[in-house]
Amino acid sequence: MPRYSIFSLLRNALTYHRDWQAAWRSPEPKPAYDVIIVGGGGHGLATAYYLAKEHGITNVAVVEKGWLGGGNTGRNTTIVRSNYLWDESAHLYEHSLKLWEGLSQDLNFNVMFSQRGVLNLAHNQHDLRELQRRVNAIRLNGIDSEILTTAQVKTMVPILDCSPGIRYPVLGASLQRRGGVARHDAVAWGFARAADARGVDIIQNCEVTGIRREGDRVVGVETTRGFIGAGKVGCVAAGHSSVLAAMAGLRLPIESHPLQALVSEPIKPILDAVVMSAAVHVYVSQSDKGELVMGAGIDAFTSYGQRGSLPIIEEIMASACVLFPIFSRLKMLRSWGGIVDVCPDASPIISATPVKGLYFNCGWGTGGFKATPGSGWVFAHTIAQNRPHPLNQAFALDRFSSGALIDEHGAAAVAH
Amino acid sequence: MLLITCPWCGPRAEIEFQYGGEAHIARPADPVALDDAAWADHLFMRKNPKGKHRERWMHRSGCRRWFNMERDTISHEITAVYRIGTTVPGKEGT
Repeated sequence: MPRYSIFSLLRNALTYHRDWQAAWRSPEPKPAYDVIIVGGGGHGLATAYYLAKEHGITNVAVVEKGWLGGGNTGRNTTIVRSNYLWDESAHLYEHSLKLWEGLSQDLNFNVMFSQRGVLNLAHNQHDLRELQRRVNAIRLNGIDSEILTTAQVKTMVPILDCSPGIRYPVLGASLQRRGGVARHDAVAWGFARAADARGVDIIQNCEVTGIRREGDRVVGVETTRGFIGAGKVGCVAAGHSSVLAAMAGLRLPIESHPLQALVSEPIKPILDAVVMSAAVHVYVSQSDKGELVMGAGIDAFTSYGQRGSLPIIEEIMASACVLFPIFSRLKMLRSWGGIVDVCPDASPIISATPVKGLYFNCGWGTGGFKATPGSGWVFAHTIAQNRPHPLNQAFALDRFSSGALIDEHGAAAVAH
Repeated sequence: MLLITCPWCGPRAEIEFQYGGEAHIARPADPVALDDAAWADHLFMRKNPKGKHRERWMHRSGCRRWFNMERDTISHEITAVYRIGTTVPGKEGT
């Protein structure tokens, strides 16, 4: 695989960019692999990449029912941060953020990671005290986080309505300067290209229809392109995790909900930070194309339909106009829904299962994108070593029977 | 958006209702006899099916009464609305 560089760009310019090599192969599935990853989103592709890179396991296939990154990887609001309350989550998300910081170099693919700062607004005294508590907890874990006054918020985001007389005044905010956004498609493509270069087979348009077991061991997966044998199977299918678990006779503490987002028409640069508000519920950033990207809360009902109800959209539009009156005349270009796998404690499950050789990485719910590299990194370790890494030990399936839940509804910052 | 037919008030918009999750989860008859795994199954594990789902709803902005509903989780089509304590008319089991 030729490296991408300024020189390869110049060389290809001489031939009018007609000779670029495909970024990854599209091989026929082999009869069997050491490891099969079910789900070709960011987390699945990252898992395959780190299996090859960190553990030398290259006889790996990623099977994807649609196209790469066509699920939640392509449907999120691309926010990356690590300002989580509890130690377990803080360490996991911070590990991921550190991987983000070197990811473009590591993958030789520009994931356009932009550390422009993530603000969480406080609109009442309780919000402010809660944010202060969180900032202190986060700093104790060695992660950058600070409290801004209303004046500092106004300086950083001049278009935000910070006047004192409004119904939900901005009393301050927490800020993680190292947080930001990344280009969602590039993350999937970068991991795919880098995994493929290390020998991983990426098989698209191949839906898993069954998980074959012999006794208490997994031996492979039935797919729409036939049976593929495997020593180990890692499922990273987000909203469809319960469906896969049922194929193996397992039950998960997960419910699948639509989570909607939308973008405006492109406008000139106007917002250079990520602004989130839990009380006036919306989170906004501006993409490099100039579109304002806004995210909503989940629809209450369960769904696999990749769409939600209009009242949710009306609600975030109202919230956006309250915070940013200047947005009121913008037109919205398109909205969409992704199916998110919500856990009772709003924390993920990265775990072995009672079936030998079968692993699940799911339950990321409303906030999985930020964890993409870290999630793949610890899941690769869990599969390769058949035991969790210290970073994901607490995120095992058995926490629901032991009671050691990791309640991160507050840090999720998305209503659900 | 869903158009839900409340068994008491008739068809109303989704925003009048509150979702109550999977229906027909029976509280264990002998709670003391349950081990941790069985409690986890009762409290946290869900069917979360892709297809027909039986679920509870409450008419929050109307009669405030609970009822059951069968809904397809792909098409969102509502295939049955039935009262608490009953099952889908003409179908056995839950």
